Amino acid sequence: MSIDKDTAAKVAKLARIKVEEADLPALADEFNAVLGFIEQLSEVDVEGVEPMVSVTPMRLPRRVDEITDGGQQAKVLANAPDAREGFFAVPKVVD
Amino acid sequence: MADLNKLTIAAARDAMRKGDLTSAELTGACLSEIESAGALNAFVHHTPEIAAEQAKAADARIKAGDAPDMCGIPLGIKDLFCTKGVPSQAGSRILEGFKPEYESTITSQLFDAGAVMLGKLNMDEFAMGSSNETSTYGNAINPWRRGNDDTALTPGGSSGGSASAVAADLCLGATGTDTGGSIRQPAAFTGITGIKPTYGRCSRWGVVAFASSLDQAGPMTKDVRDAAIMLEAMCGHDAKDSTSAELAVPNFEAMLTGDIKGKKIGIPKEYHMEGMPEEIEKLWADGTAMLKAAGAEIVDISLPHTKYALPAYYVIAPAEASSNLARYDGVRYGHRAKLGAGDGITEMYEKTRAEGFGHEVQRRVMVGTYVLSAGFYDAYYNRARKVRTLIKKDFEDVFAQGIDAILTPATPSSAFGLGEMVDADPIAMYLNDVFTVTVNLAGLPGISVPAGVDSNGLPLGLQLIGRPWEEGDLLNTAYALEQAAGFVAKPAKWW
Repeated sequence: MSIDKDTAAKVAKLARIKVEEADLPALADEFNAVLGFIEQLSEVDVEGVEPMVSVTPMRLPRRVDEITDGGQQAKVLANAPDAREGFFAVPKVVD
Repeated sequence: MADLNKLTIAAARDAMRKGDLTSAELTGACLSEIESAGALNAFVHHTPEIAAEQAKAADARIKAGDAPDMCGIPLGIKDLFCTKGVPSQAGSRILEGFKPEYESTITSQLFDAGAVMLGKLNMDEFAMGSSNETSTYGNAINPWRRGNDDTALTPGGSSGGSASAVAADLCLGATGTDTGGSIRQPAAFTGITGIKPTYGRCSRWGVVAFASSLDQAGPMTKDVRDAAIMLEAMCGHDAKDSTSAELAVPNFEAMLTGDIKGKKIGIPKEYHMEGMPEEIEKLWADGTAMLKAAGAEIVDISLPHTKYALPAYYVIAPAEASSNLARYDGVRYGHRAKLGAGDGITEMYEKTRAEGFGHEVQRRVMVGTYVLSAGFYDAYYNRARKVRTLIKKDFEDVFAQGIDAILTPATPSSAFGLGEMVDADPIAMYLNDVFTVTVNLAGLPGISVPAGVDSNGLPLGLQLIGRPWEEGDLLNTAYALEQAAGFVAKPAKWW
């Protein structure tokens, strides 16, 4: 499996990272180096093996469904690059 | 007392309790060392006011007779830990200006125990790296040098600032985190001790996430006793981390007897890597002989899937990272790119992430995106998770044979020069973690203990791997190894 320039562009788009057109071939090469390394996994016989979900066998803890936190609007917004009138502000999403 | 900053945690604790030393004096000594150690670039955010305040409070507490072990001990905190009101950037530009409104569970526990924060420590960006060269703050520098050669060496990574600071006696101990070897490899490169506990021992709450199923925090200290003391203060159940273990934390220090008679130590044949330097082979053989001389039984073992650990890691860790790092979108915190006319929200995401993430982080996020994408999920991600099951089973099988701990080298080399790996492909850098990454995949505790020096006088470490939740026993075996190895070398001060 070899990654070409177009696939690299598609992955960058999916990851929401802007990559300049000129940088795509080098990126594709790097992907291929990493994927070539990962390819070794196909040698392993994994027939009947369960994929690991949790490294420590445990059931996720449960708790009563009740409100335990909240009312911290100012703190939540304190680090926002742009916050207005108690909300996070972003560029226009719909026309 | 002279050179207070060179004290161990245990010695400082005992001196403060006796009234021979105050935390204010000790903290002052560390702060002035930090001031003159800018060349190491270990501390990247300084918090002398917080330190002075905490030291004063600690002294009052010690005087009142209510002093936990960590009370008054000056520490450095890895930049990955969220510390309230103090920059916490994970070594990344994308978190520039971020000051958490909350404190991580681990730093809360340490501060509740009276520990003092000197500042935040350099690290690879989002803990992705083995040389601290991916940091937005620039390289941290290893206080060790190759004899009289003044080539700047890496302190390892990702906890490079932590390792450099402890090795150079800028602080008495430091927090680190370990996803594939990020505590143990830098500890080995700088001649200090570092332990990654069992997955679930230390709360991950408030620690910036890289790969959540692998990340664990732990202490980096000057010796094994200090590791035991500091680890105990960091461990414990936390309802805010759903993978945190509801287990009692033993008194690890009390378990350091040095008696390992009859313990079974496994030597895995698969860790004899092709092309491994003879010095590493010799160190490993010497360590084996030391444990044998201390009364342990040496057993040859096999961990057949070792070879596949790094490839599995480089599927699972990037996959989890691509998901975890999706939160850095320029909306809620950190950097947001300046937008051009007509740019919408997608351009904001793409430009923000291109500007905010460094090259290695971008690459891993995209590799993770690829292995999780439609059509490849089964071939890569699910297969890697199955291989992970097999790697864990390798360890379960040898523990079922009665093995108490496994001895391996910590790293395949001593510290290398900064920039020496720049032209190598990414895989060459990834090989640094070849001996440590299996332990994260299996969720086990692992400790790196300095055990010798190479022909250039650089420190080398050995790794001991323990049974799950048996950090106390593991620390005791490490203590026996430390006593037998008698490693006392320190870097000559040039900074």
